[in-house]
Amino acid sequence: MILYHLNHLRELEAEAIYIIRETASQFERPAMLFSGGKDSIVMTHLARKAFYPARIPFPLLHIDTGHNFPETIEFRDKMVEEIGANLIVRHVQDSIDSGRAKEEKGPNASRNMLQTITLLDALEELKIDAAMGGARRDEEKARAKERFFSHRDEFGQWDPKNQRPELWMLLNGRKHQGEHFRVFPLSNWTEMDVWMYIAMEKIDIPNIYFTHQREIVKRDGMLLANSEYISIRTTEKVEMMTVRFRTIGDMTCTGAVLSPANSLQQIIEEVAASKTTERGTRSDDKRSETAMEDRKKAGYF
Amino acid sequence: MSDFSKDGYLNMELLRFTTAGSVDDGKSTLIGRLLYDSKQIFEDQLEAIEQRSSQRGFEHVDLSLLTDGLKAEREQGITIDVAYRYFATPKRKFIIADTPGHIQYTRNMVTGASTANAALILVDARKGVLEQTIRHSFIASLLQIPHLIICINKMDLVNYEEAAFEKVVDEFKQLSSKLDIKDVSFLPISALLGDNVVDKSKNMSWYNGPTLMYLLEHLHISSDENHIDCRFPVQYVIRPQQTEYHDYRGYAGRVSSGIFKPGDKIKVLPSDEVAIVKTIELFGDEIPEAYSPMSVTITLDRDVDISRGDMIVRENNVPNAMQEFDVMVCWLNTTPLQVGGKYAIRHTTKDARCIIKDIRYKVDINTLHRNEEDKNIGMNDIARISIKTTVPIFFDSYRKNRHTGSIIIIDEATNETIGAGMIV
Ligand SMILES: Nc1nc2c(ncn2[C@@H]2O[C@H](COP(=O)(O)OP(=O)(O)O)[C@@H](O)[C@H]2O)c(=O)[nH]1
Repeated sequence: MILYHLNHLRELEAEAIYIIRETASQFERPAMLFSGGKDSIVMTHLARKAFYPARIPFPLLHIDTGHNFPETIEFRDKMVEEIGANLIVRHVQDSIDSGRAKEEKGPNASRNMLQTITLLDALEELKIDAAMGGARRDEEKARAKERFFSHRDEFGQWDPKNQRPELWMLLNGRKHQGEHFRVFPLSNWTEMDVWMYIAMEKIDIPNIYFTHQREIVKRDGMLLANSEYISIRTTEKVEMMTVRFRTIGDMTCTGAVLSPANSLQQIIEEVAASKTTERGTRSDDKRSETAMEDRKKAGYF
Repeated sequence: MSDFSKDGYLNMELLRFTTAGSVDDGKSTLIGRLLYDSKQIFEDQLEAIEQRSSQRGFEHVDLSLLTDGLKAEREQGITIDVAYRYFATPKRKFIIADTPGHIQYTRNMVTGASTANAALILVDARKGVLEQTIRHSFIASLLQIPHLIICINKMDLVNYEEAAFEKVVDEFKQLSSKLDIKDVSFLPISALLGDNVVDKSKNMSWYNGPTLMYLLEHLHISSDENHIDCRFPVQYVIRPQQTEYHDYRGYAGRVSSGIFKPGDKIKVLPSDEVAIVKTIELFGDEIPEAYSPMSVTITLDRDVDISRGDMIVRENNVPNAMQEFDVMVCWLNTTPLQVGGKYAIRHTTKDARCIIKDIRYKVDINTLHRNEEDKNIGMNDIARISIKTTVPIFFDSYRKNRHTGSIIIIDEATNETIGAGMIV
């Protein structure tokens, strides 16, 4: 009987594909959030698998902070071209220009929080009723209780006390006018699972996940990439370092790690031996112990 | 990827388990211990709990803080929902559905139990089997969790004595004769000190059984799924709008049970049309055999009218197709169940509506007594009810098939999931 058992990656894959197909079936206008990071790349890969040989039957939505690693955008455009996906981009800059969002000030200024405004506006404008995201429950403790189908009220807010119980795999996406859902097909994946799956499926990822030389500023224990988007304080110095990224987000708050890993095998070994969580490299979560939870309530991913 | 299989990564299996125990039996400490001893705790997480332990004036790092959840709960100092935790060993990846032992949260345990391969039930060695133990075991048996692990905790507080352990085992065996439990194990442990959790205890030489971790790694789970009755609820019909695939029709879904192969003679419900499986595929790869829980796409040798909510089965092995049947229901909402009330239901990929015809009895989950008089079914109550659906439902009994034997009941006004049903 042992023959009739999937390995854990195939089981997670089957679960994610089920959730993506369920989303396409239960909602009128679903979309998949695409950030250019490995989780959204894996999710897009799963969406292709779910509907093959048809194209992905919903758009990919990128909420662009404008502070991207150029490699991410290059990768995004190439991928979209290859798979024939429909990409929609909405810019945080436009929200700022129209006065909907206000830019943070100071050396730690980040557009990460502003993304929520642009996202909610985009969902409303495009009438999207289900937005799939690549968030995982292992990332942060506020996410540990997140559902596959996460209900949001008219204001896009998440009420942790008012989430529907999820039994078996019977997902309930019924909703009232104006409400929408966030859907998390990778809920049960860990960082390790994502890397192992990328290796197993030979999925292309942006090269900044692998080791490279880069100008780095050390700030608050983080290694930030030097770029036009951050201002260097007089006490800080810019150094060349051998680094890679564990997550890819906004350039102003995504920290690099010192690493010589130049293959997936080496990355997997590094993750296995790693002593900090992945979100430990994100300054947006360092602001307070409940930073993530507060942002989620406000409508963040 | 031969280098990965060498490391065994690709041979890892997934095991989902749920935990239950009365408040203070040591559940959080045990989970913290499993995560800690299997080296799943990162420095930043450890720092956070060290900081909080010392803020609270604790001498030791309180491992139970690792499983704390949201802000409101942190303030109240209790967990109040299902939270999922992950850890892995070279053999298996584990998903813990962590549910609180609080009296009013039967619904959380039912939720966590619905997808679990195993349930860990904690018993305080000093207190023995309590009402809560009965309740948790009953839910585990009602939800048909295949493996039950009774952790007799705080053995350090009873001098690690065999007699204390045996006493609990005897008490439990008496109780479990009334329940439908397939596989049960008993372990003497100390979650706080780590005895028999990951490492074998040096204090209980009389115990020759496995440690908890060994048991979790070796539970025989490959036969937990039903590989006999072929059931494939159609989830989505793939019709590419591309000229090269003009005539392509793929029926996408997740196998509920049984083994499907190309060449199989199948029948489609409810149309009763028959066809032969042409291919089973995923992303262009042809798959020789599909079984639960695989997500695949099936193509057939002829054009058949199939849509979401239909079910593909073997011609000579069909499920029940009925509109009136009984379910054991666990009520999940503060608004009570109404006889004569109309609700939406979801079964596999099918939506329907139902009316509640009758409440047969309510189960007192502390004594397992059936009460035929009490028709008041509120939050956390478990009852047997009769329902009638608007269309035939293709089901197997929950005992035979967890996937085709389960339904959720939805309030049509609020859209909330308010009941979990297991078809009798
Ligand atoms: N002596 C002893 N104390 C324990 C053991 N396991 C848990 N405790 C203590 O029992 C109390 C309750 O434990 P906790 O894990 O919070 O219980 P929960 O309510 O079931 O999650 C805490 O003070 C723990 O330190 C054990 O094996 N031995």
